[in-house]
Formats: sequence, structure tokens, C-alpha cells
Amino acid sequence: MRAALSAIEVLRPRGLSHALELIASEPQPVPLAGGTDLFVALNAGAEPRTRFLDLSPLAALRGIRSSREGVTIGSLTTFREIREHAGLRHLPALVAAAAEVGGWQIQNRATLGGNIANASPAGDALPVLLAHEARVKIASVRGEREIAIDRLFTGYRQLAIERDELIVSIHVPWPTRGAVALFRKVGTRRAQSISKVVFCGVLHVAGRGMERVRLAYGSMAPVPVRARAAENALEGSALPAPQGAGSPGSPDVSESSAAAARRALSKDLAPIDDIRSDRDYRMDIAGRLIEQLLRVAAFSPRR
Amino acid sequence: MSPRRAKVAVIHAPSSVGVSVHRVEGVDKVTGAARYLDDLVVPGVLHGRTVRSVVPRGRIRRVTLDPAFDWKGVVVADHRDIPGENVVALIANDQPLLAVDEVRHAEEPILLVAHENPERAEAARLAVKVEIEPLEAVLTVEDALARRALVHGDDNVFKEIVIARGDLERGFSDADLVIEGEYRSGHQEQLYIENNAMLAERTRDGGLFVRGSLQCPYYVHRALERMFALPAGKVRVLQTVTGGGFGGKEEYPSMIGGHAALLAWKSGRPVKIVYDRLEDIAATTKRHPAVSRLRAGVMRDGTLTALDFDLVMDGGAYETLTAVVLSRGAIHAAGPYRWPNVRIRARGVATNTPPNGAFRGFGAPQTQFALECHMDRIAAALGMDAVELRHRNAVRIGDVTPTGQVLKESVGARQVLERVAARSKWSAARREIERANAAAEVAERSARTVNGGRRLRRGLGVSLVYHGAGFTGSGEVRLASLAAMDLDRDGHPRVRVANTEIGQGTTTMFAQLAAEALRVPAEFVRIEDPDTGSVPDSGPTVASRTCMVVGGLVAECATAMRERLELFAERPIKGANDFAHVARRYLAARGALRIERRYRRPPGIEWDDASYRGDAYGVFSYASCAIEVEVDLDTCETRVVHVQTAQDIGKAIHPVLAAGQIEGGTLQGLGWALLEELRWKEGRVWNHQLTNYIIPTSADAPPIEVEIVEIPYSHGPHGAKGVGELPMDAPAPAVVAAIAHATGVAVSEIPVTPERLRRALREAGR
Ligand SMILES: Cc1cc2nc3c(=O)[nH]c(=O)nc-3n(C[C@H](O)[C@H](O)[C@H](O)COP(=O)(O)OP(=O)(O)OC[C@H]3O[C@@H](n4cnc5c(N)ncnc54)[C@H](O)[C@@H]3O)c2cc1C
Repeated sequence: MRAALSAIEVLRPRGLSHALELIASEPQPVPLAGGTDLFVALNAGAEPRTRFLDLSPLAALRGIRSSREGVTIGSLTTFREIREHAGLRHLPALVAAAAEVGGWQIQNRATLGGNIANASPAGDALPVLLAHEARVKIASVRGEREIAIDRLFTGYRQLAIERDELIVSIHVPWPTRGAVALFRKVGTRRAQSISKVVFCGVLHVAGRGMERVRLAYGSMAPVPVRARAAENALEGSALPAPQGAGSPGSPDVSESSAAAARRALSKDLAPIDDIRSDRDYRMDIAGRLIEQLLRVAAFSPRR
Repeated sequence: MSPRRAKVAVIHAPSSVGVSVHRVEGVDKVTGAARYLDDLVVPGVLHGRTVRSVVPRGRIRRVTLDPAFDWKGVVVADHRDIPGENVVALIANDQPLLAVDEVRHAEEPILLVAHENPERAEAARLAVKVEIEPLEAVLTVEDALARRALVHGDDNVFKEIVIARGDLERGFSDADLVIEGEYRSGHQEQLYIENNAMLAERTRDGGLFVRGSLQCPYYVHRALERMFALPAGKVRVLQTVTGGGFGGKEEYPSMIGGHAALLAWKSGRPVKIVYDRLEDIAATTKRHPAVSRLRAGVMRDGTLTALDFDLVMDGGAYETLTAVVLSRGAIHAAGPYRWPNVRIRARGVATNTPPNGAFRGFGAPQTQFALECHMDRIAAALGMDAVELRHRNAVRIGDVTPTGQVLKESVGARQVLERVAARSKWSAARREIERANAAAEVAERSARTVNGGRRLRRGLGVSLVYHGAGFTGSGEVRLASLAAMDLDRDGHPRVRVANTEIGQGTTTMFAQLAAEALRVPAEFVRIEDPDTGSVPDSGPTVASRTCMVVGGLVAECATAMRERLELFAERPIKGANDFAHVARRYLAARGALRIERRYRRPPGIEWDDASYRGDAYGVFSYASCAIEVEVDLDTCETRVVHVQTAQDIGKAIHPVLAAGQIEGGTLQGLGWALLEELRWKEGRVWNHQLTNYIIPTSADAPPIEVEIVEIPYSHGPHGAKGVGELPMDAPAPAVVAAIAHATGVAVSEIPVTPERLRRALREAGR
């Protein structure tokens, strides 16, 4: 541990309003949820801040509640809870993402709120939340507010959240009936892996057409992003139809819109060469994942 | 039999060898009772930290201690405090303990600080300012050969070796086909689970007592003698419980031990230096990167006629072990095949990167990776099956290696290949995979989605390798290892050797070999700690030598001990109680009983260092792997589905431990093949964290089916040969071959990361 642990101070709030008072008072403490990001930084001597606010006593930040519109997930919910909660089976992409975060040990501690607030471009849950158009509830001594997830990430590891604000919960609306969702993490290995490319796509289908398309990526730009140009290229076009067996070589009906979507990605994404991968690879794979989404959609049963 | 476990159950029987008895140190490790160096509580201890160079090459202009920092209680040491020679003694003795006026690689140690509070020690490290005038650095093998800057001698070459046999020109003119290729492999970090850690104290008699996580107590011992100008008797080195080594604790503990000792020498206090993972990955030794260029001649029927092998290895900034790693790499370069005409030219070059060093396999994985990839290229060019080409050319008894060594016994090359081909159902499995791949392609073209929209292909590849056990050439003769046994007060036999338990099961193996000869259960045998104050120099724990060489000496000691006691008792000894009884009577009547045995060169083994000819090793072990992979054509990710391996190790003294070595070595080989890549930034390791230096996790580990083949070696205990390194040699080329089977493209550089595979597929127009 390169950080000086003896200098570290951890405040334990009695409840949410106490927590909001503490975080508003100087010197402002840093919220501490599962610690799986903060401890890594402390160990490497890369976290100069020494005053922390332990969120674990805050019941208001826990729980998963479903309604007709969607599901509200407390910010302290761990990925293990997301993985195992029966009420989330209509969000298979979120469950899939939770199951691929770190390994089991990390999933036991790492929280959804921490994943958002850490604001890493590689946060695995973030493209899922973007593609599902989640809204984030935030609280401070000034009151509560809600912000759409795609307004949240303003720059590299920067959030539209003030230092005295806490993330309370995340609301995810249910996808429309028959929507097809794909989560795909392309990482370095099968567990404990930070994504090279992470993708979530949701196709809302009406008849044979793709009515609404939501495509979101991580590790492809300074922030997790929606690929709006690619979405536009697909929206309104027909779904690829599953072909009967024994018709090799028959054209894929959505091939042209898929190709257009792939081309449009260059407007949406700006990946870099970094420690885990390179720009070329990322760009290419990002496009292929759209094709994979369309293949999955072609085959999924229509209601 | 479950695939991951060897077949022999744990039982207690008077017969030990070949039985998987309980591990001597197993309970302590599992219950947490074992104390690793960082667990040791030493009153008055100071915590040492190392100030290092941040540039790969330069002149040290000035070192300043920040005047604003409170230096009270901080001990500071630099090269001027070294009482003896400023050198980490090894072979060439070219590496300083602390830099003087120049640095030759990033992370080179310059100055040491220590404080009783580790947080203050860390703060002090950050309060040292080193000004270095950068010089042009050589960072790659290509730069070194092009003499971009001269960093060693007049050609940047530490060592050149040429091995030649037969007539290369004739070999190529006999060939129907001549095939060329170039293959590359990069750095690899050993990644033992316990980071490097050492503890040093001054002793009352003016000497040094140094403990730590290490493989070779006498290496550290001799290095300390030189650094501190102390006679051998004033230095004592003890190995503490060690969490893995893989070669990474062969030479580097002499450096850290020297640093801790220097701080202890100056302060008079005990000093601990425990690296964290960041420092360990950034600063300590790695596997040598290698570039191999091959030209091979072959006849239409698959008979090999000629091999011209050019090898360049990156030694890093100091020579350290490069000459011997290079030598082992060169000697293994032709693989376990008959090459009537062969020439191997090997060069180890200097670069301004941290010195590369010992790592499981010691050069042989690099060259055999290249050779095995080339064998597949030859098979493809001939349109011949990869197993058939290997089988046709694999060495048999009486065949001759490139150094002129006649293989006289225990040659399992063809057997391991046959076992792997049979167990993997090689031909049928390859055909089945090809059918499935073709069907998947058809389904995808018709937009029928399978596998959740993924486009997956499978492939199966094979490899065949060998590995010489023990030190190369006359190395064992020079080591002249000495092992001893005596009786403790309770009448237990006690083994005294300097070889270390580093997770591989050494102590259990010694106990078994002694027990077998004494006809007592293994747990009756005591093993003395590897402490240079109380064990003789039985040589280092490296080179797959410990069981075959030192184990053999222990077995001889034990046999002599039994004979001595039976002579004294005038009757055979039966079992442990009887042994203890006779032993105590002996001790009372005659005093201490100590038996020593020194290594003797087995008859008929000759080696000439000058001409590089003769018996490079007493014997070789052999291994074959068949590896199945699945490649995602969209993401170019490769998953290893299954490994089938057969390894001829002479005799498995402890089948579970031997299988464990094979499974672990195989997984380490898979990591090297697919995942492990050191990334550099201006001469410094960029990915020095577990989050970005990627090794396989348990989720990445495929089922590994191990078959141990036992073709005994007459000079190994119970026929045993080496097993420690062999498993590292085989996986990488089989993975590359499997990927080629799956995708049609043979990559020539490892690790085969998705990025690299994608580039290769694109270049091939796929
Ligand atoms: C071994 C390992 C593997 C990992 N693998 C993955 C992976 O595969 N995918 C992935 O996405 N991440 C991974 N991570 C990163 C990490 O686990 C996740 O980002 C996790 O979701 C962080 O949650 P936490 O509760 O632990 O956050 P913490 O470390 O407690 O906090 C992270 C940041 O969020 C802030 N914060 C936390 N909660 C709130 C809140 N309610 N309101 C405001 N701010 C808050 C903190 O102040 C801090 O800045 C891994 C980490 C480790 C150590």
C-alpha cells in the first residue's frame, strides 16, 4: 500500500441527510462504496485524498424496486445482487454485464453507483445503462434531482455531478415488448478484465422494422457513449429475416444498413491506442458487434 | 479419473517413491501457519525503499535529499557505503549493486532509504531527487544489432555461440523444399504470488544474516561475501517460506538481499525490503525476448535434411545470466529431431532495459517455439500431417543432437507424440473440426445465427519438445554439489541440502527419496531448512536439476546411512520405530552420524566448453501437447478449449506433484502464448499492475489432461529426469498451430493477442 494509511480518515454517517451534510462540509470527503476502485488507487499511491465518507450505513441507497415503467436500483446495489435478483430478468444485458464485472470477489463488493461515479470509459455497466436510457437520481443538501445517463459523462472521468452530491439510485425503463438486447464485453481474459471494447445494443422492434435502436460503447471514447449516427443508420430499416436451412449464400437483407451503421461509427467513436488495445482493433470490433446484434435479432423469435 | 487430477490417491505406505504422500509443508500453508518474509515480526526493524532511475540510459548529475523533508530517523545508503565490491556477483559480474555515475536501464537502483515506519520510508523515497542527463538508449534487439548506440563493447553483443554439425550446403542441396520463417516472442514476467522480499541483520560477530524469498541460498551467500568483503563463515543466508519463483528468484534476491544488508550494515538495525507488485514487475527480471530466423531443408517424403537457425535474444542492460540462457536456447533450437546438417548461431545482445533473467525453460521455450512453428510450416508446405512429419523425424536411441551428443537411453520423443495423438484422437478430431467449421460458415452465410450470433471456429494443434535436465555442459561438474544426511536427537534421519521448496514440492520429494532408501515412511524423514549456516552447497534450485541431481545424492546418502546403521545393529532395520531405536543407540555409542555425497559425472558423459561439443545434458525429458482452441472471428479472441499432454519424465517420484508441475507449466505456457505481453513506454514497463499485465485466471484455465510417461534414466533416482521446465516448452507452438487450423492463418509472434491475430487475418485477406 503506497498511500499512507495512517493519514486516512473515514466518516460514518447516521443516515442520508447526515451523509449529505458531511459531504457538503469542508474538507469534503470522498464517497466510499465498495472501494474496488478507490483501494486500487490507494494501493498504487495514486489517490492523494485522505478523507472518505463510508456509504455502507445508508439504507436509502439500497434495494431494487420494480414498477410498471421500469426498475429502480439503489446505488449501493452490488453486481452480485444484480446478477441474482429475479426482478431483473427482463434486463438480460444488465445481468450479463454484472456477471462479467471482475470476478466473483469483485462482484460481491463493487456497486452500480460506484461504476457510474468512477466514470471510467471502460465501466462495463455504463453502455448498458446508456442503451437502456437510464436516469440517475442524485441528492445533496440542496435537494434531489434526476439526470439522464447520457447527460452524465461530460469529459474523461468527469461527471455532471457536484462534489457534494451523492448518487441515490438508477432508474432503468423496461424495454418494449420483443426488444432485442445484446451485451458484449471484449476484454483481455475471461475474468478480472478491463474491457477493450464493451458494447450494449437494444433494438426496439415494430413489425419487421427496427423502430428504435440504441447502441452504446465503452472504451471507445473518453467517455462511455451512445453511437447516435449508427443508430440513425439502422432506425427505420427492416430487421434481417432468419433464412431457412439450406439456402446458403442468400443475401442478408439488412446488410446495407449494417454497413452504413458501421461507417457511421467513425462519427460516433474516437478510440485511442492505450495499454489494453489499439484504435484500429477497437474500431473494427465495434462495427462487428453491430453485425452480431443484427444476427442475434434475425434469429430471435418474434412475439 | 477426473481430467485435472493425477490418478494416484494419497496413501501412507512404507514405499514412498511413486506414491503421492502428503506434502511436508502442506498443512502449514493451507492453515496459514506458514510465515512468509513479510509476516516475520522483527523488533527494531527498518523498512527499506529503493530510489531508481526513471530513464533507460544516462549520466547521474546530482542526487539531492529534499531539504524541506524531515530526514530524522531515515537511513540513506548509496554506492559509497558498500564495504566490498559494488557488484552483484553471478557470472560476468558486471551488474552493480547501486549505480555510481551512469544508469543503463530504467529502474536501476541508485540509492536506498530506510525508516522504522514504512510510510516515512516511502515518503523519504519520494523526497530524493535524482538528476540524470539522458543518453541515447537502445531499447530493442534491432536497435542493438544496428548499433543505434554502443551500450556494450563494440557491437552490443554479450555473447555469441555457434553450434554446427554436418554439411549445411549439402543438406540444402539434398532438399526438395527449402522453407524460411521468422518467429518472435516477447518478455514474460514470472509472476510468483509472493513478491520479492528480503530481510538482513548484522550479527554479533561482525557478519551478516540474510533471510528471504529465494531459490538459491548460496548465490546470495557468495554475492554478499563480495559486496561486504566478508569471509564465507561470516555470512549466513536462510530461505524463508517462498511463494513461488519460476526463475524470478534465482538471481534477483542477491540484489535485494544486498540492498537490505547495506542498509542494515549502515544502520546496525535489521532491515526488510518487500517489493510491492508495481515495483516487482517494473524492476525485476523477465524472460528474454527472442527473434529466430530459420531456414530448413526437407525432402518430399518429409525427411529433414538441413537447418540453419539464427537466434537473437535481448539480454537487457547487464549480462547477468544471458550467456547461459542463450546457450540453453541454442542447444535446444533444433528440437527433438534428427537433423543431419545443422548450424545454430545465437547472439545475446545488450539493450537499455532491465536485465532479463531466469524463467522456467531458460531459453528453450523461445527456440522450440520457433522450431515447432516452423515444423508446422514445413508440414503445410509438404501437405503432410503435422503429427506424421514429427513422428518421422523424432529422435530415437542412437540419434545425434547438434552438439554431437549421442542419445543413449530414455528417449521418449515418439512415445509422447504417439500418446498425445491417440488420446486426442488426432486425425478424427481434426477432420471433425474441419467439418464443423465448414458447416458454421455455411450457416453464417445464410444468416442463420448460431452461438448467440458469434462466428466461432475451432482448431487443433500439436507440438513436440524436449528439455535437458541439469546444468548445461560441464556445469554440474563445476557445481560439484554436496548433499548430506545426519541423525537428529530423536533418531530421525535428516536431509541437509540447500535446495529450496518454492511451491513445487521439493521437500516432499527429498523426504520420499530418503524414506524409500531407508525403508521408513516419508513423514518420518526430517528436512533441514535451507540455511547456509547448516546445510552444504548442493547447488541452486534451477534447471530442472533438483530431483534428478540432488535427489540422487540424497538417495545415495540415505542408502549409505541405512547400511551404516544395519552394520552397527548387525541386522536389517524394519520400519520407523526400529530405525529410531537403532539410530538412538548409534548416537549414544558412536556419536553423530553424518553422511555426505558429492556429485560425480556419470561415466560416458563428455563435454568440451571450448568447441561446444559433446553431451550437453545427461539426459533429456520429452513432451507433446495437443491443444484445441476456439477463435471468435469477429473479435479475434482465442479460447483454449482443451489440452491433452504426455510427458516423459523418467519417473514420477510423486505423481500428484509431477502432474501439478505439468498443469501449472502448461497454463504458464498458455499465458505466454496468448495473453502475457509487457508493454513499454520510453524504456519503462508500462503495464506493471496485475490489472494490465494479463496472466490466465482460473476461468481461463482449460481442462488439462496429463499422461506421465516413464522411460527411466539410469543415472536419475528411480529413473527420474527433470520435469520443472519441460511443460513450459510445449504449449505455445501448439496454440499457434491450433489457431492456424481454425483460421487458416499461422501467426509468427506470441502472444497471439486478438489485435495481433486480427492484423494477421487482415494481411492474409480474411
Ligand atoms: C480486480 C478488479 C476487477 C475489476 N473489474 C471490473 C470490470 O470488469 N468492469 C468494470 O466496469 N469495473 C471493474 N472494476 C472496477 C470497479 O470494481 C467498478 O468500477 C465498481 O463498480 C466500483 O464500485 P465500488 O462500489 O467499488 O466503487 P468505489 O471504489 O467505492 O468508488 C468508486 C468511485 O465512485 C464514487 N462513488 C461511489 N459511490 C458513489 C455514490 N453513491 N455517489 C457518488 N459517488 C460515489 C467514489 O467516490 C469513487 O470516486 C474492477 C476492479 C477491480 C479491483
